[in-house]
Amino acid sequence: MNAGRLVGRDVARVEDAALIRGRGRFVDDIAPAGLVHVAFLRSPHAHARILRIDVAVARALPGVHAVLLLDDLRPHLTDTRLVVALPSPSYRLDLHRPVLAETEVVHVGEALAVVIAESRYLAEDALALIEVEYEPLPAVADCDNALAPDAPPAHSWASSNLAAEMTVAYGDVEAVFAATPHRFAETLHIHRGGSHSMECRGVVALHDVVEDRLTVWSSTQTPHTAKRLICDLLGMDETRLRVVTPDLGGGFGPKLIFYPEEVVVALAARLLGRPVKWIEDRQEHFVSTTQERDQTWRVELATDAEGHILGVRGDLVHDHGAWTARGVNVPQGAVAAMPLAYVVPAFRMTIRAAVTNKVPVTPVRGAGQPQGVFAMERLLDRAARELGLDRAEIRRRNLVSAEHMPYATPLKTRGGIPVTLDSGDYPRCQQMALDEIGWAGFAERQRVALAEGRYIGIGVANYVEGTGRGPFEHVSVRVEPSGRIMVATGAAAMGQSTRTMLAQIVAEQLGANMANVEVITGDTAAAPIGIGGSNSRQAVLAGSSAHVAALKVREKVLAIAGEMLEVAMGDLEIEDKVVRVKGAPGHSVTLASIARAAAGQPGFVIPGGRGPGLAASEEVVIDAMAYANGTAAAEVEVDIETGAVTITRLVFSHDCGRALHPRIVDGQLMGGIAHGIGNALYEHMRFDDQAQPISTTLADYLLVTATEMPPVRILHMHSPTPLNPLGIKGVGEAGVIPIPAAIAAAVEDALSPFDAHVCRVPLSPVDVIAMIDPVPEGSA
Amino acid sequence: MSETRRITLIVNGEHREAETPVRQHLADFLRGTLGLTGTHVGCEHGVCGACTVLVDGHAVRACLMLAVQAAGHEVTTVEGLSLADGTLHPLQQAFCDHHGLQCGFCTPGMLTTLVEFLAEHPAPSEEEVRLAISGNICRCTGYDSIVAAALAAARALRGDAA
Repeated sequence: MNAGRLVGRDVARVEDAALIRGRGRFVDDIAPAGLVHVAFLRSPHAHARILRIDVAVARALPGVHAVLLLDDLRPHLTDTRLVVALPSPSYRLDLHRPVLAETEVVHVGEALAVVIAESRYLAEDALALIEVEYEPLPAVADCDNALAPDAPPAHSWASSNLAAEMTVAYGDVEAVFAATPHRFAETLHIHRGGSHSMECRGVVALHDVVEDRLTVWSSTQTPHTAKRLICDLLGMDETRLRVVTPDLGGGFGPKLIFYPEEVVVALAARLLGRPVKWIEDRQEHFVSTTQERDQTWRVELATDAEGHILGVRGDLVHDHGAWTARGVNVPQGAVAAMPLAYVVPAFRMTIRAAVTNKVPVTPVRGAGQPQGVFAMERLLDRAARELGLDRAEIRRRNLVSAEHMPYATPLKTRGGIPVTLDSGDYPRCQQMALDEIGWAGFAERQRVALAEGRYIGIGVANYVEGTGRGPFEHVSVRVEPSGRIMVATGAAAMGQSTRTMLAQIVAEQLGANMANVEVITGDTAAAPIGIGGSNSRQAVLAGSSAHVAALKVREKVLAIAGEMLEVAMGDLEIEDKVVRVKGAPGHSVTLASIARAAAGQPGFVIPGGRGPGLAASEEVVIDAMAYANGTAAAEVEVDIETGAVTITRLVFSHDCGRALHPRIVDGQLMGGIAHGIGNALYEHMRFDDQAQPISTTLADYLLVTATEMPPVRILHMHSPTPLNPLGIKGVGEAGVIPIPAAIAAAVEDALSPFDAHVCRVPLSPVDVIAMIDPVPEGSA
Repeated sequence: MSETRRITLIVNGEHREAETPVRQHLADFLRGTLGLTGTHVGCEHGVCGACTVLVDGHAVRACLMLAVQAAGHEVTTVEGLSLADGTLHPLQQAFCDHHGLQCGFCTPGMLTTLVEFLAEHPAPSEEEVRLAISGNICRCTGYDSIVAAALAAARALRGDAA
């Protein structure tokens, strides 16, 4: 599909003008007069019974307005638990987390009291004055051990630590494995950490006592969900609550979750009659914002002698954390991603989600898919090695090909919707990456390097990602009497240029002047319904609704203008803020006058014959996901003395359908790639054997900085999906997905002289040295 | 604990005088007391670099400095980088031109860090730029676009054709 006047082009972002001057409005920038500040008392224990809480001294501290426990909040709540789990028949325990812990704490960082004071400094002073008597209980620190028969319960009331179990299966797996001698088994330990948006979470609530209306600004990716939950929990009429997502300093997954702090702050504003603010600090982020964490995969691949996949089977143990803050979607997404790029005739994976005394696990950018891809790609590397095949060749033999498209897999999404790969040419995409990185000549480069005492390696990994999860996103487009075009959506912007994307799509149809388009995202007062940001969905769903709504408004604009100018609609064009006759630009009428005509006059007929108003509201429904794909190829050099891994080259070839804004696509991918490098080599959320977190600063938990980034080359293919009118697929998470697998493969290749076997990520220098020298000197 | 001091300092070229708790850090003072919310707080332990401001022209983590320590000094925040008529600093313009920002949260710290760096290194290499911003964390961009913006800004500040 060709680029339009705006769509498909690198237009200037509408977000930049404010952000570059420091004039954004992030949640912590909102400071209504009379603001008071909140701090939460959080558990220092991973698991303990709460015997006594004494807040008397804290309440007496000057400047403290309130110290509240669950008992104080209960009379004002319809429920003391957050019931937020996605539907699934797999749950074995109800783990709805409390608004505040009351009798038992089940992870370090769980909140059990809230202080409201004149300043955050004073609120934290008061925290230190709250006396809590805990009785420590045995903590469950490891998901594998959690499921052992003699494991202590992570919740004292629970009969086991099995939060959920399910099996994803098709084909005759047992027969396939019985019939072939070519079986390859791996046990893989895959860790991912937190999202670590640079902005932590925050909530500001303002209660207007005159009209009894509450406005809540929250750093949420899902304001409509937050509104529903706050209304439910506080028993509020929907017309009295507005939830707004202001500028977000990144989301990356965990901000889609509804948190206890959101309802507590909202309620506190009503109880105190003062605006209330809570801003999470980084240390809290490590222990109270949801994260991804540990998975153990015991998996086996069956092939024929030529490396054609016959089947995959195994089981996955997933660290669920202490509560169900979202569901089983992370392990489910991980397993679903595993076979997706390849023709896999038989498949059976069992998932067991294990309760641990740690922060709940919910999606982080990629949402399990990097783990599923890691498992599949490690199996293919293993099979290639044992069958004597080139690692790229075994993939080529098994990738779903362009001739297969659309390829109906036997899989279903979590909502029961068939998984059909809609478009793309996966083998060609892989070949592009291989050609760019010089795969064919690598063996010789490696031989030369080794002769010089340098250990270099190369790896490749493929992914297919389900993007654009439906069912819809709301977008309205309205031409105001001023001639300005107002766009409002349930989509929530978190830094991915959502407002630019919608302004591009709408302006494309209505005058091509993005400066004349105002986009409101993430405001429940501007959009009656909405789903929000997750699943690389907003360009696909909101973009499609914006496109269709803009076309409807355009049609009406032209109909009215045609009548006003007495020419046929087909002879008109919209340019900037006017509609004019093609070839006779002086013969025109402004958008403002068309909007005024459409607004009507008492007793007069509205021109155009299409009813009043110059607006359209759309919720384009797209249930099936659009499947994007790509290949990462990485070259590394390993220092065998220090264990340091240097990525010397990284190639990322991908296909996200049509690109609405090529530079934003590159930006999304680069951010994901950096995150993937972190997951491969650096980011490790560590806990001790009592489930005490021990990496709770950014000096301990390492995020990738500019000096760790390798030279990256991104290559594009564009296979428009037939599933939406713009032909687009999501791209917000793609970058992260294949990177740990590709880097792990490259490290293993570099260390092939040592017969190294990579079966975990992240790979710290200590892990690398352990592969080079499995028995440390002096220990024999 | 809530002892306060009255301090005077110059912020973005303007003389400012305000009362501050002695324990309040400079970032909270700029944001809360002076209402200059362009300076962002990302970690409050000096690692992420989001709160970086210029104190007497030198990049400083405003979360690691007390407001009272800024008394008598000259502070420049992101709000003070563009000209009075609104014209962007060449570095700001380069960030916009090269997609050097996505969510924009780390951007003020990146800009202030690079303003000092480019003043001292008018013709840096790519590697030097990467080192210069290695104490500023960005979760959105993967840094390449920021590095490209910094190099373009260096050229613009030198008067070279872009």
